[in-house]
Amino acid sequence: MNLNLSAFASGLTLGLGLIVSQMINPVKVLSFLDVAGNWDPSLALVMAGALLTLGFLQWLIRKSLNQHSHSANTIKQANPKQIDAKLIIGSSLFGIGWGLSGLCPGPALSGLTSGLLGSYVFVATLFIGFLLFNKLHRKP
Amino acid sequence: MTFITVVTALGGGILIGLAAAILLFFNNRTAGVSGIAARLIKPWQQDSHWRLAFITGLVISAPLWRLLVGDISIQINTPLIVLAVAGLLVGYGTQLGGGCTSGHGICGNARLSPRSIVATLTFMITAGITVYLVRHVF
Repeated sequence: MNLNLSAFASGLTLGLGLIVSQMINPVKVLSFLDVAGNWDPSLALVMAGALLTLGFLQWLIRKSLNQHSHSANTIKQANPKQIDAKLIIGSSLFGIGWGLSGLCPGPALSGLTSGLLGSYVFVATLFIGFLLFNKLHRKP
Repeated sequence: MTFITVVTALGGGILIGLAAAILLFFNNRTAGVSGIAARLIKPWQQDSHWRLAFITGLVISAPLWRLLVGDISIQINTPLIVLAVAGLLVGYGTQLGGGCTSGHGICGNARLSPRSIVATLTFMITAGITVYLVRHVF
């Protein structure tokens, strides 16, 4: 399959999943994160559904690819055991931003056409944050 | 939690898992939205067409849903200035930490990566503390 077509299908399916699960709605996400308030645990089911599905399909993919040289295990990624200050600080900053807004990158982008000014502001500063990281940490 | 909520939460989750599996199987890539989106900007990478296709699919999902299915409830009650700060924190933080809810939370955890498990616990806990402080303390 064409790599652009499969990537498009993946992005579209992800967006539909965020819509069906209502994770696209920041108010819903915030009520999941508000354990001490009127807690809405349903987003834990979203995560469970996603993890079980991906875990199962991944196992199938590995099984079917094991006979070939092209293996899903060769995927480029950081050393999975490397736990450092960057991982903790970065994830903490992300968590604070997520808790302030109820938005993370997937839902922010899939909700970009909602017409809400807040969506545009968040996505604009999200990309400024990406740029800031590149300026500070990806010097040539 | 009503029965309908359980069905839509699980159904949505299954779609999200399927989306990640599609990208893994056909593109041999991790479906981490923050990483894919960040690599769309400078320095533009030669092989970024698939990234653009992925983000296009993600952005187009909502208008397509409105056209074919119906309304989508999206409410944002956070003040704009707070959203602006939050966007910066999410943008910078996901790059420093190497992933977000999709890359670490779904893909990394599904392959039981210790890095992703630690990252997920970290952002879940800090997000929970932040919401607690905003809603119940200040």
